[in-house]
Amino acid sequence: MLETFNFRVILEYMPLYFKCFSATLWLSGAGLIGALLVGTVACAMRLSQSRIVSLIAGVYIESIRSTPLLAQIYFFYFGLPSLGIMFSEEVTGIFALTLNSGAYMAEIIRAGIQSIPHGQIEAGIASGLSYFQRMRYIILPQALGVTILPLLGQGIVLVKDSSLLSLISIMELTRAGQILTSERFMPAEGFLTTAAFYLIIYYILKGFSSWVQKRLIFREAY
Amino acid sequence: MWGFYFEQLIDSLPIFLKGLWITASVSGLSLIAGSIIGFFWGIIRGGKGRILRRLIGAWVDLIRGTPFLVQIFVIFFIFPEAGINLEAFPAAVIALTNLAACFICEIVAGGIQAVPSGQKEAATASGLSAYQRLRYVILPQSMRTILPPLVGQYVLTIKDSSIVSVIGVIDVTRAGWLTVQRIPEGVLVFGLVGILYFVICYPLIQLSSNLEKRMTVVATRL
Repeated sequence: MLETFNFRVILEYMPLYFKCFSATLWLSGAGLIGALLVGTVACAMRLSQSRIVSLIAGVYIESIRSTPLLAQIYFFYFGLPSLGIMFSEEVTGIFALTLNSGAYMAEIIRAGIQSIPHGQIEAGIASGLSYFQRMRYIILPQALGVTILPLLGQGIVLVKDSSLLSLISIMELTRAGQILTSERFMPAEGFLTTAAFYLIIYYILKGFSSWVQKRLIFREAY
Repeated sequence: MWGFYFEQLIDSLPIFLKGLWITASVSGLSLIAGSIIGFFWGIIRGGKGRILRRLIGAWVDLIRGTPFLVQIFVIFFIFPEAGINLEAFPAAVIALTNLAACFICEIVAGGIQAVPSGQKEAATASGLSAYQRLRYVILPQSMRTILPPLVGQYVLTIKDSSIVSVIGVIDVTRAGWLTVQRIPEGVLVFGLVGILYFVICYPLIQLSSNLEKRMTVVATRL
């Protein structure tokens, strides 16, 4: 198989791959920012004193976590037009990614906040700190240490999940592989190149993640 | 209008039930095979053999770093070039088994490494053989760390099984995709798909978080 591996075709398609590589980065970056926002809001709602608000957030989080992303993408892709809402494929795709990752982000952030011993919060109240001061100076700095690694992990998942957007004909890395395969009948060249590009992103994020982990251990030790 | 489509959807319920059976068999087979292979790899990876550990680690990284969609395209489109022709169903099971095995391997290796080394040394000093150490000392203790994420991984695998629909395996997602071509009500059709997945996944997610709570209680009591 390897002796027939055609590097010239890959070089020929490199401009397409680079374009699609940046599209993948762009799509998952937009999804990540959106998911952080949605996740923070959903987490705040989940931890709210009001039963109804907490229940709404709970239904959102659990229904996203219990269904596959592909079904969600199709739900929005086929469902929104039938409700009379017309979005472009990109917007629908980012919307689905954001809602999907947002639910997982909410759970990660919640775990981080709940990992802080209650005594600390009570001590904050006793010292006369306001709600925002407690959040800013006691809860969030400590919660960040617990959440940052799972958040990075979710980022890696998000990049890989963005490959599913190729199924609703959005141009991104997996789509580039499909295009090369269908135009030249070269699946090996097409999909292995796609895989290589994903691996580049994966190894960079993984390296960053273990760098952060070392820094965290260092900070705890001193 | 919804009432009319709703009746049609009821009529096409058999294809969804057939899809549910396919989803259950693809993910069931992959989970059984993936657990066996994953535990085997994980025990090696949590052990001492340097070369084997590195090899498995590299393979796990390759699989974890690329989207499942790309992996399934590689198996379904590139294997035939090497002379291995696979039907869609076995290709799906192989791809999903490999994915599950890689994630389970990491969970098991993590669990084994979490067992204090004093325990392993004590077992060696008591004259237990390598198999006995594993069977009576290491695995029972590491199950506490392994079990909750393992159930969580089962949920992820069931959800990932939706992606095998793209190579023509008629699972629940594919059933939805086929139905939505006739009944243009995406919300109804993929709402039903979502409910079917929810019924399987939600109890498992609850089981996972219950296990997590129970295991931590046991750990603090010790």
